[in-house]
Amino acid sequence: MSSAMDFMNFAIGATFFIVAIAQVLAMIRLVIGPSIGDRILALDTMVIHAIGLIVLLGISQGTNIFFEVALIIAMFGFISTVALARFVLRGDIIE
Amino acid sequence: MSMSDIGIYAAAICLLIGAVFALVGSVGLVRFNDSMTRMHAPTKVGTVGIGAMLLASMIYSFARGDGSFHELLIMAFLFVTAPISANFIAKVIIHRKACVTPPSPPRDDTWSTLNVPEEDRDVVETS
Repeated sequence: MSSAMDFMNFAIGATFFIVAIAQVLAMIRLVIGPSIGDRILALDTMVIHAIGLIVLLGISQGTNIFFEVALIIAMFGFISTVALARFVLRGDIIE
Repeated sequence: MSMSDIGIYAAAICLLIGAVFALVGSVGLVRFNDSMTRMHAPTKVGTVGIGAMLLASMIYSFARGDGSFHELLIMAFLFVTAPISANFIAKVIIHRKACVTPPSPPRDDTWSTLNVPEEDRDVVETS
């Protein structure tokens, strides 16, 4: 049991570290992105990484509470991406 | 080696696979040098990266004893909405002319997102 849990703890720590680095890289593209399309894409990627971090938090604490949080943030991320893209395309969100 | 040990090992390996795909997607987002090319990399994060992490969450909850299939909802939602948002972002890139404009359609004179109405032709584009 202990060697499996050791490997799991190592995997959780390594995944937290790697996903945090990926989040920072997406933020770099958000800052330097030359066009508005790159910025929307970087925001979408950052939302998806945030969902991954929340799922990881749920695994590491061993609870099921974070499932609803991840689902609602997935919905908000999709809606905000579509709203931002529609605002750029049409100048209005709901016509 | 019991069944729960095997489950915990499988969950840890799924986590590492998801982390590698998340990192690869972000590195591609930073390193590619064209807007349309940049759209290609982060799709890996949304499908394989998050999919593997949610699979690890499911396997780990089954290995601990109180398993559930709730995470399939998030996976299905992400798989359904990823093409829609990618379509919108591609339309924005074509609209802002941040890429090479695609060849003209066979019937109409131009793509609708690039089409300026007749009465707006003399309005100066500000940005």
